[in-house]
Amino acid sequence: MANAFVTKGLTRTYGEGRSAVHALRGVDLELPEGEIVVLLGPSGCGKSTLLNILGGLDRPTTGSVHFHDEELTSLSDRALTRFRRDHVGFVFQFYNLMPSLTARENVELVTEIADNPMDPDEALALVGLKGRSDHFPSQLSGGEQQRVAIARAVAKQPEVLFCDEPTGALDSATGRAVLEVLAEVNARLGATVLMVTHAANIAGMAHRVIRMADGQVRDVTVNETRLSPAEVHW
Amino acid sequence: MSVLDRKLLRDLVRIKGQVAAIVLVIAVGVMLQVMMSGLVASLSETRRAYYERNRLADVFAPVTRAPETVLARLAAIPGVALLDGHVTGGALIDLPGEAVPIQARAISLPDRGEPVFNIVYRIAGRLPEPGARDEALLLAGFADAHGIVPGDRIAVTLNGARRKLLVTGLAESPELLFVAAPGEMVPDPARYGAVWMPRAALAAAYDMQGAFNEALIALGRGASQDAVIDAVDRVLAPWGGTGAYGRHDLVSDRFVTEEIDGLATMSRAVPPLFLAVAGFLLYIVVNRMVQAEREEIGLLKAFGYTGHEVGAHYFKMVLAVALMGAALGCVLGILAGRAMVPLYTTFYNFPFLVFRPDPAAFGIGVTASVLAASAGGVFVLRRVFRLTPAEAMRPPTPPDFSRTLNFSGVAARAFDQPTRMVIRGVARAPWRALALSAGIAGGMALSSGMTTIYGSFDRMMALAFTVIDRSDATVFFVQPLGMTAAHDLARMEGVIAVEPFREVPAVLRHGLRTHRGSVSGMIAAPEMARAIDADLAPIDLPERGIVLGEALAGILDIRPGDMLQVEVREGRQPVLEVPVIRVARSLIGAPAYMRMDALNRALAEPGRISGVRMRVDSDRAEAIYDDLKNRPAVAAVSVAETARASLQKLMDQGAGSARYIMGAVAFIITFGVVYNAARIGMNERARDLASLRVMGFSRGEAGFVLLGELAVITLVALPVGSLAGWGLSFAIARGFSSELYQIPTEFDPFSHGFAAAFVLGAALVSGLLVKRDLDRIDLIAVLKTRD
Ligand SMILES: Nc1ncnc2c1ncn2[C@@H]1O[C@H](COP(=O)(O)OP(=O)(O)OP(=O)(O)O)[C@@H](O)[C@H]1O
Ligand SMILES: [Mg+2]
Repeated sequence: MANAFVTKGLTRTYGEGRSAVHALRGVDLELPEGEIVVLLGPSGCGKSTLLNILGGLDRPTTGSVHFHDEELTSLSDRALTRFRRDHVGFVFQFYNLMPSLTARENVELVTEIADNPMDPDEALALVGLKGRSDHFPSQLSGGEQQRVAIARAVAKQPEVLFCDEPTGALDSATGRAVLEVLAEVNARLGATVLMVTHAANIAGMAHRVIRMADGQVRDVTVNETRLSPAEVHW
Repeated sequence: MSVLDRKLLRDLVRIKGQVAAIVLVIAVGVMLQVMMSGLVASLSETRRAYYERNRLADVFAPVTRAPETVLARLAAIPGVALLDGHVTGGALIDLPGEAVPIQARAISLPDRGEPVFNIVYRIAGRLPEPGARDEALLLAGFADAHGIVPGDRIAVTLNGARRKLLVTGLAESPELLFVAAPGEMVPDPARYGAVWMPRAALAAAYDMQGAFNEALIALGRGASQDAVIDAVDRVLAPWGGTGAYGRHDLVSDRFVTEEIDGLATMSRAVPPLFLAVAGFLLYIVVNRMVQAEREEIGLLKAFGYTGHEVGAHYFKMVLAVALMGAALGCVLGILAGRAMVPLYTTFYNFPFLVFRPDPAAFGIGVTASVLAASAGGVFVLRRVFRLTPAEAMRPPTPPDFSRTLNFSGVAARAFDQPTRMVIRGVARAPWRALALSAGIAGGMALSSGMTTIYGSFDRMMALAFTVIDRSDATVFFVQPLGMTAAHDLARMEGVIAVEPFREVPAVLRHGLRTHRGSVSGMIAAPEMARAIDADLAPIDLPERGIVLGEALAGILDIRPGDMLQVEVREGRQPVLEVPVIRVARSLIGAPAYMRMDALNRALAEPGRISGVRMRVDSDRAEAIYDDLKNRPAVAAVSVAETARASLQKLMDQGAGSARYIMGAVAFIITFGVVYNAARIGMNERARDLASLRVMGFSRGEAGFVLLGELAVITLVALPVGSLAGWGLSFAIARGFSSELYQIPTEFDPFSHGFAAAFVLGAALVSGLLVKRDLDRIDLIAVLKTRD
C-alpha cells in the first residue's frame, strides 16, 4: 500500500540559545494510507508537535515531510492552507471550539469550505449529539465539546484525520462511541487516522503503533490482529 | 448568512459595551465634522441664494446728491448691466425704555412694484401706501428684538426731524444680513435698525426730490468691477460721490463672510483633531481586540481558511463598528446642525436658513473612521498571519520574568501577591499598557485643551472691556468737531473723565489689495481706549506714521517701511500716503492706529475729534445718556455694558457656542477611551481573574488586580495628556480665532485639574462598571471554554 506520509530527519526546535527546546530530534517515519495509527509517549515527548507538522499547521526546523508525492515543507503558506482545507481533519487536544458558535455552527465552519462534506446534523448524530446541535460550547460538558470537535473533524470526510487525545476527557462508554466513529471513518472512507493517546489500551484497535520518547521514535509495531472499538478497555 | 458572519454578529453583541463606546467615540468625531462643515455649506449656500433671489447689487455708489438725469450717464458705462438710484440716509429710532436712541438706516421703496435691487423680503404686514408719508416697513430682526409688531408706532428721527411712523410690516433685506451697533463688530439685531419708506416721503425728508444719493449697479457678464467703480467715481465726483464699492466691501457682506470664513477655518482645524484622536483610539482598541482573537484566528487557519478569508472576517467586524459610528455621527451631525441654525438666524437676518449637510463631510467622516479602524486591524492581523496556526493557538510565549522583576528583600515584604500581579501585568506587556495610556492621554489632551479654550474666551472678554477699552460709554459726533465739544461733555454732571478720539473711515490700499475700514487716531498715553498688543502691553504709537494689526497687515500684505495709501471717505476725501511703522499683534479686530495729532496733521484738520470716550458716575449714567440724546451734535452713544452683553451673547449663543458642543464631544471621547481601556483589561484577563476567584481570592482582591492595572495606566496618562492638551489648546485657539478676535491661550492649571479629575472620574466609573461584571462573572463558563 502507498504511503500517506513519509518524514525524513524531522526536527523542531522552539526558541533559541540557552532556552531552546528540542521538541523533535530527528523523526523518520512511513505511514501507509488507510491505516489507524496510534501515537504513544510520555507527556512532553513531542507528539502534538509531530501531529501539527504532519497536519500542515507548523513547519519543521529541519527535515522533510511528504504527503503522497507532495513535499509539504516546500509548500507556500497558501498551498499549505489548501492542503489543510482539502485533505485534513483535526481534533485538537484542547477542544478549541468557537465559543460564539453553536455546536452545529462549529461543524458548519468546516463544511462550508469543504468539497464533499457530510450534513452537519448527520455528523453530530454520529457522535450522539443530535439533540444538542443548537447549544453553545459553554452549555456543553467537556466530553460533549470533545465530541463536537470530532464531528467537526469527520464532517468534511477528510483523507487524513489527526486526533490529539480524542478520548482524554471521556468516560469509557462515550470514549468507545467516539472510537467507533473514528473506526468507521477509517473503514468507510478509507481515511488515514493518526491518533495521540495516553491510554495504551487503545493501541489495540490500531493497525500500527508508534512509541515516542524525548523527541524521537522509539519503536513502531504493526498489530497482527486488531481489536474492535467495543473490545477496548481503559 | 455564512457561519463566520453569524460569529461576527454574536461577537459584536458579546462585546456590546465596548462596541458602544467605540461607536460613540467615532460618532461624536464625525458629528462635529458633519455639523461644522454643514453649517459652512448651509450659510454660504443660503447667502448665495438669498443674494440672487433678492438681487443684491454688485456695486454700491453713495453720493451726496445727484439729479436723476445722471443715471443715464451711469447706465452708459460699459459693464453696467442694470442700474437704479435710490434714497437712503441715517436715522435714529428712539424707543421708550432705551437709554440712547438707536442708529438706523432709512431706505426708499419704489412708488410702484418691487425695487430693482436689494428686494425686501416681507415677513409680516403690508407695504406702506405709495403716497403715505408716515408709514414704514421695519427690519424684522430689530422688531423682534424689541417686541414691535405691525400696527405699532415708533419715533424716528429722519435728517434731524422727529416723526411718529406707523409700522405697516416687517421685512429683511440681503444688504442687511448683518447689523451691529456703530463702531462695533459684534452682530446685534437689537442695536441697529432699518426702515423702508416710500420714495416720495423719504425724498421729501432728505431733500432728494428728483435726485438720488445712492446708485446701485449690477455688473454685466465678465465686466471688471474695478473698471466700473473707477468710471462710476468719475461720473459721480462732481455730485459728491464718496467712492463706489463692491459687494465684498458692503459692511453686512463683509461680516457675514468673516463669520463663514471663521467657521470654515474652525471646521477645517478642529474636527480633524477630534477625528484624529478618535481614530487613534479606535486603532488601539481594534489592535487589542484582534490580538485577543489570535487563538480563533489560528483555529480558522487550521481548518484551511485562507489568510484572506480570515482577514476579511475581521475587517468586516472593524468595518461594521466604524460604519455604525460614522452613520450615527452623520445623523447626530445633522441633528446638531439643525439645532445650531437658530443661533445663526438670531444673530444674522437670514429670512430662511435650512441646514444642509455637506456631502463631502459624510465622505470625510466615514473614510477617516474606516481608515483608522482598519489601520488598527491590519497592523495586528499582519503580525498574526505570520504565525503558523499551531503557534497562534497557543497563548503568546510567556516572556522571561526572571530578568525584569524580581521581588526580593524589601520588595518581597512590601508587595503582596495581588500587587505583584498588577506590577507584572503592566511590566509583562509594557507596550500594550503604554498604548492604552496613550489613548487615555489623547482623551485627556482633548478635554484639557477644550477647557483651556473656555477660560480663554472669558479672558478675551475680560481683556476687551477691562484692559483694551475701559470707558463706560462712547459718544460719536455727527461730524468731526473741535476740542471744545469734548470740554462741553466733560462739564456734564456725573461725567468723571472724557477722552477724545478721531476715527476716520477710509479705504486702505497697498498695491492691488484694499481694505475698507477706518484709521483710529489715539491721544498720547490714553487711559480708556488703548492700543494693546497680544502680550497686553500698550502699543506705543510713533510721532508719525501708522501701526497696523497683524490681521490687517496680512490682508494688505504690507510690512513695516512700506507706504500705505489711505483714501479717506469723509469730508474732502483726501488720499494720504502714510508709512507703516510697525505691525503689532492685536487681540481684537483689525485695527490701524495713528497718533491723533499725526492723523489730523495729515488730514490738515488740526484739533478735530470724531467723538469721546467717557467714564461716568454710575448713579448719574441714565441722566447723562438722556441728556446726550437731545444734543444735535451727538450721532450715537454706545454703552460699554450693552456692547459687552452683545459680545457675551455672541460668544455664548452664536459663533462661540460651538465650543460647548466640542467640549461635550471631548469629554465623551475621553470617557469612551477610559471605558474601553478598562474593558480590554477585563476581556484579556477574564480567565486569570476567574482562576484567582476559584483559588479563593475575594472579589475585592480580584478586582484590585484588574483595576490596579487601569489605575497605573490612567495615572501615567495624566501628565502626558496634560502636556499634549497644552499644545492642542493652541491649535484649537487658532481654529476659533478670527479677524474679529484672537483667542489668547496660556497654560490654565484649573482646566488641566478639571480634565484630570474628569479622567479619574471616568476611570472610577468604568472601573465600577467592569468590576460589576467581574462580580457577576460565571466562573464555570469562563474556565470551561478557551476564550
Ligand atoms: N511554542 C512552544 N514554545 C516552546 N516550547 C514548546 C512550544 N510548544 C511545545 N513546546 C515544548 O516542546 C515539547 C513537546 O511539546 P508537545 O506539545 O509536542 O508535547 P506532547 O507530547 O504533545 O505532550 P502532552 O502529552 O503533554 O500533550 C515540550 O517540552 C513543550 O514544552
Ligand atoms: Mg500534546
